[in-house]
Amino acid sequence: MSGPEVAGPLLEVRELTVYHGQLRALDAIDLAVAPGETYAIIGANGAGKSTLLRTIAGLHHPRAGHIVLDGRDITREPPDRRLAGGIALVPEGRRLFPSLTVEENLLVGMHKARTGPFDMQRVFDLFPWIPGRRKQRASQLSGGEQQAVAICRALLANPRVLLLDELSLGLAPIVVRRIYEVLPALVAEGVTVLLVEQDVAQARQVATRVHCLLEGRTSLTGRPDELTAEQIEEAYFGVSSVSSRSSSPSSAAGTGG
Amino acid sequence: MEWVNAIVQGILTGGFYALFACGLSLMFGVMGIINLAHGDLAIIAAYVAIALIPTTHLPMVWAFVVIVPIFAVGGYVIQRTLLQASLDRSPFTTLLVTFGLSVIIENVLLEVFTANGQSITIGTLITKSFAVNSTITISYFSLTVLGVAIVVLGGIQLFLSRTSTGRLIRAVADDREAAQLVGANYRHVFGIAAAIAFATVALAGLSYGTLTEFVPTSGVTTLLFAFESVVIGGIGNVWGTLVGGVVLGVSQQIGAQINPAYQILAGNLVFLAVLAIRPRGLFGMRTA
Repeated sequence: MSGPEVAGPLLEVRELTVYHGQLRALDAIDLAVAPGETYAIIGANGAGKSTLLRTIAGLHHPRAGHIVLDGRDITREPPDRRLAGGIALVPEGRRLFPSLTVEENLLVGMHKARTGPFDMQRVFDLFPWIPGRRKQRASQLSGGEQQAVAICRALLANPRVLLLDELSLGLAPIVVRRIYEVLPALVAEGVTVLLVEQDVAQARQVATRVHCLLEGRTSLTGRPDELTAEQIEEAYFGVSSVSSRSSSPSSAAGTGG
Repeated sequence: MEWVNAIVQGILTGGFYALFACGLSLMFGVMGIINLAHGDLAIIAAYVAIALIPTTHLPMVWAFVVIVPIFAVGGYVIQRTLLQASLDRSPFTTLLVTFGLSVIIENVLLEVFTANGQSITIGTLITKSFAVNSTITISYFSLTVLGVAIVVLGGIQLFLSRTSTGRLIRAVADDREAAQLVGANYRHVFGIAAAIAFATVALAGLSYGTLTEFVPTSGVTTLLFAFESVVIGGIGNVWGTLVGGVVLGVSQQIGAQINPAYQILAGNLVFLAVLAIRPRGLFGMRTA
């Protein structure tokens, strides 16, 4: 199905290194997302997945490295300029404006919108329950509903790259499934998706490429159908700890006790 | 009837308190800035009017028209420079910076205008009043101030709830980071909020300077009443601020009716009671 990639990557991250104070959260990360891809970043808690997305969106300043959108270096741009350039982040925890109504949340999302396929009507098509509840405060919605509105708010800016941070966090599996069901519609509209997901099975299902982080470093990248569950498990939890434990059980028992 | 009069006068005073307090409430609600120089800024406006009127021979009304926009622009500039720089460090820095600003303003005013009491003269309007009955007389100017307060607070409320810029201000107040993610330049939004706050503080200062005599340190004492109004009404709640101002004004007048020495005490007691019973104010936090 996939031919050779003629065009360059839409979003490129080069040698990105980010610190939280003294802690090195990301260490020389490279990644390239081609147009139309659904690129999944997986990894355990604290692997740096969210930090990576937040840095791409402009909320963290990298100590080294570059972020390039369609050939243009945006490493120094503030978040509002990146949005205008076509990067929108749906942050972890939804982060709707609680005192604003659903409709007002969406209107705020439109205020610096680029031209593109998404308008109010189009996002209502994705989640048909929204129009009936547009006058409700965002804080009165359930977690899954908030997640849907947060996605719509980001889509209304008509991003070229949509960053989705931990969509499934704190949501029931059926709700997560329903939210992931809209992904193909977004991809069909030409939106490139870069998502962070703790649920590896979910990520493998939707992604065209998987990128595993381990303690701030890339531990594995590849197409999900080329990777074995074993490879991913090793990359996810860290290969060294598994092998050391199996090779020298006495020392592992010693550190464990 | 004397009690009714106390309530009527209290409501009129409350209008002034609300006008004085709404900028304070806005700055705290949106930026989280507790502006300790708020009262002094109001006094600057009064002194500017005093300096401006004799030299330019502007009628008082025109002084209002000139000074309020100047303050709005000044508010934007100060927010984008000094206040933003202190916000980028910490909330405590911001508190110290506004406190320092307050000290500097008072001393500069003392240096330039001396400690003599002054007042903005607006001709005969200030002394005119109408009698409702034998005990209740209402000053036209106090009534004007109450009217201005209602119009200003209502205008802010409409602006915040109906316009796209107002919506953005509320979004930034809710969650600054999320607002950046939808493309808001929050520093600019803060600047707009500060411009509105400074415009209202100019109006309050001009009203104050007309209602009563003022000295360079008058701002600090008035600031206390503004704080009390905000806390009674609920921080960041526009109509709450008006109610808070009126509650404070009425309590003070009723206290004074019992015994003139109890005026300030009564206001403070009601303030403490509200704090104890409803710490978030009568109308809770946040703008609608």
